[in-house]
Amino acid sequence: MMNLQGLWTEAREQSSTEMRDEIVHRLYERSRKLCAAGVKYPEKKDVRTERIDAILTSPVLGFPIMLLMLGAVFYITIAGANIPSSLLADFFGSLEGPLENLFVYLHIPDWIYGILVAGLYRGTTWVISVMLPPMAIFFPVFALLENYGYLPRVAFNLDRIFKSAGAHGKQSLTMAMGFGCNAAAVLSTRIIESPRERMLAILTNNFVPCNGRWGTLILLSSLFMASHFTGGFKSLITTLVIIGLVMFGIVITFLVSWILSKTALKGVPTHYTLELPPYRRPKIFDTVIRSSLTKSWAVLMRAVKVAAPAAILTWIAGNIYIGDASVLQHVAQFLDPFGRLLGLDGYILMAFILGLPANEIVLPILLMGYLSTGSLTEAGSMAELKNILSEHGWTWLTALNMMLFSLLHYPCGTTLINIYKETKSKKWTFMAFLIPTVIAVIVPLMTTFAAKAFGWV
Amino acid sequence: MRESKMTLADAEKGDVIKISSLGLDGVMRRRLLDLGFVPGALVEAVRKSPLGDPMAFKVSQAVIALRKEESSKIEGELFNDE
Amino acid sequence: MNNAYRIALAGNPNTGKSTLFNALTGLRQHTGNWAGKTVSVAQGSLQHKGNHYDLIDLPGTYSLFSNSADETVARNYIVFEKPDITLVVLDATSMERNLNLALQVLEMTKNVIICINLIDAAEKQGIKINEHLLTRQLGVPVIKVSARNKLGFPKLLDTIDRIITRAIECNPVPTIYDEEIEEKISRLEPKVKELWKDGPSSRWVSLRLLDGDEDLMREMEKRMGREENDESSRVMD
Repeated sequence: MMNLQGLWTEAREQSSTEMRDEIVHRLYERSRKLCAAGVKYPEKKDVRTERIDAILTSPVLGFPIMLLMLGAVFYITIAGANIPSSLLADFFGSLEGPLENLFVYLHIPDWIYGILVAGLYRGTTWVISVMLPPMAIFFPVFALLENYGYLPRVAFNLDRIFKSAGAHGKQSLTMAMGFGCNAAAVLSTRIIESPRERMLAILTNNFVPCNGRWGTLILLSSLFMASHFTGGFKSLITTLVIIGLVMFGIVITFLVSWILSKTALKGVPTHYTLELPPYRRPKIFDTVIRSSLTKSWAVLMRAVKVAAPAAILTWIAGNIYIGDASVLQHVAQFLDPFGRLLGLDGYILMAFILGLPANEIVLPILLMGYLSTGSLTEAGSMAELKNILSEHGWTWLTALNMMLFSLLHYPCGTTLINIYKETKSKKWTFMAFLIPTVIAVIVPLMTTFAAKAFGWV
Repeated sequence: MRESKMTLADAEKGDVIKISSLGLDGVMRRRLLDLGFVPGALVEAVRKSPLGDPMAFKVSQAVIALRKEESSKIEGELFNDE
Repeated sequence: MNNAYRIALAGNPNTGKSTLFNALTGLRQHTGNWAGKTVSVAQGSLQHKGNHYDLIDLPGTYSLFSNSADETVARNYIVFEKPDITLVVLDATSMERNLNLALQVLEMTKNVIICINLIDAAEKQGIKINEHLLTRQLGVPVIKVSARNKLGFPKLLDTIDRIITRAIECNPVPTIYDEEIEEKISRLEPKVKELWKDGPSSRWVSLRLLDGDEDLMREMEKRMGREENDESSRVMD
C-alpha cells in the first residue's frame, strides 16, 4: 500500500505554481458567477464609509483625531473610575467591622484573623476597588471603538511609521489590545502573518501598559503629579500624565523594534495586507453589557486566584520574625541599595518581584510591606495613602520612577507563559523578559541621576 | 493621456485597474489571491494613508490596504470609465 | 459524557461572526480572559428542540489554505475534528469574496449551512440576494440573517435541526477545475481514499496535494498515527 510520503512525491511531480493560481482563480470565478446570478446590486454606491474615511484617515485630521480619541478614552476611564473606586473601598471597609466582630464571637484565633482578614480580605478587596472600575469603563469604551471599525484605520494611518521601524502596521492593533491585557495581546499577534514582524510585536507589547498596571499609574499620577488640582481638572492632569507615559512607551516600542530589526531580527518588512471594513454602528447596549460583565468577572476571578494567595503570602512573610525584623523587612533591606540607585527603594523592588504573577498586586504588596503589621490599613482614603507613601520618603521622583518601572518592566507571568506558547522558544521568551527589564533599570537610573544633578529634588 | 499599462502603485485615487499579473511568490501571492487580487479582477484605488503609503484598494467589494512593496508588483491596465 | 452536537462557525473577518456567535449562545460561553474579539477558539452552548449544541467560534480567515496560524486552526478543526455542522458566515455586503471561502469549506466537508449575515445592512444599501438560487447552485442551505437584530434565527435553528435529524441532506455541488487538474485529481483520489478511509474528503486532500500544502501533510501524518493507536483500543468496546 502506498504511504502518505509516496503520494506526496507523486503529487509534487504533477504540481506547478500555475496550478495553485488556477485553483484560486476557479474559486473566484465561481464566486463571481454566483454573485452575478444570485445578487442584485443597486445603481448607486454606498458612500457612507468613504465619507467617514475621508475624515478619519485624512492627511490633516487623521493624526489629531487619533490622539484625541486616545485622550478621550483615557479621560473617560480616569474621571469615571474615581467615584465607584472610592465607593467600593468604603463598602469593603465598612464590612470589616462586622467581620471582626464575627471572628471575636466565634473565638477564632488572632493569627487566622490576620491571614484571612488583614491579608486575604484586604488584599483582594483592594485589588477589586482599585482595578475593577477603570476596567469596567475602559473595556466597553474600547469595544465600542473596535466594533465601530476604527482600529483598522489606526493601523492604516500609522503603518508608515511602523514600517520605518521594521515592524508591521497591524502591530498597532496588537498594541491596542495590550491596553486591555498583554497576555491576550500576545495571542492576538497571530493577525500578523510574517514571523519576523510578529516576533517584534510580541517582544514589545509589554511597553503598552495593561489594565493591571493602569490602577497603579492612575493612582500614583493623581496622588503625586496632579496633587495641586481638584475635581475635573485633577482628572485632566492625571490623563495628561498617563498619555505622556503611554507616548513614552510607544517611543520605546519603536526604538526597540528598530534596534531589533537591525540586529537580531534582521530582514525586510514583508506580507502586508490590511482590510478596512465598512463602519458599522455597534449595538451599544449589548457591547457595553457584554464587555463590562465578562471583564468584571474575569477580574474578580483573577483577584481571587492571584491576589489572594499573594496577599496571604505577604501577610505571613510580614509576620514571621527573624531577629528583630520580619522576613519581608529582611528582603526589602537586602534590595534597598539597588532600589535607591533607581530612585526607588527595597520595598518597591520586592513588590515588583512578588508581583510577577500579576501586575494588579504590586501596589497592595507594597503597602503591606510599608505597614509594619504586614497588612493593609482599612483600604483607606487617598490622603491616608499618600501619607503612608510620604512617610517612607516618597517624592514626585519616586512616583515617576515607579510609574516608569511599571510601564517598562518585564511582562507578567501569564504573558510570559503565552509568549513561550506562541514562540515555542526559550531563548525568545527569555529575551521578552530581559529586554524590558534592562530598559526598566536604565530609564529610572537616568531620571534619578538627572534629577539629582540638576537639583530638582 | 496616461500610459494604460501600469502597476497598482502608480494608481491615483479613483483609478480603476484591471489586473493582468502578480509578480509575487509564496505566501504573499496566496494571500493576495485569497483577497481577490486575481488576474482579470477590477481594482479601484480608494485612498492613500496620511503618510502617503500604504494605499487602500477596493477589490471584490472589500477595501484592502497594500504597501508600495506589494502594489508595485501587481500589474494591470487602466480601465477608467471616463 | 457530553452528547452535544458540535457546530463550527467559519467566515471572513468582519462578517459579524462573533456577533452571531454571541447572539446564539448568549452568556453561555467560555472565552479567554479578554473581552474583545476572538483571539483563540471560543466555545458556547445552545439548546433547540431538546438537542444540545456546542458552538465553536473559529478564527476569522480569508481562506483555509493555512497561510497563517489562524487559518491552520480553522482548517484543522473543520477537517479533522469533523463538527456535525459547519456554519459559514458571509457578509451580505461583500458576497463575492465571502463566497470564495464558502466554496472552500464546501470542498472540505458535507454538512454546511451558508449564513448570509448583515442582511439588513445590505438591503438598506439596495442589495438583493436570491438565497433560493444560491441554495440550488451550492447544494446546501443558504439562510439570510441579521445577527445584530436577531432576524432569521428561527429558520437557521430549524435548518440546523433538520440537518441533524436528517430531514434534509446537504449535497455540496463541487467546484469543477480545468481538465488537466480534474484528471490529476481523479488519479490521486482513489489512492487518498485507500490510505485513510475515515479521513477528510479525498477530493479536497487531492487538491491540497497538488497545491503543495506541506503543512497539511505534516498534520495528516500526525493524525493518522494517532488514529491507528485509537483503532487498537476501539477493538475493546
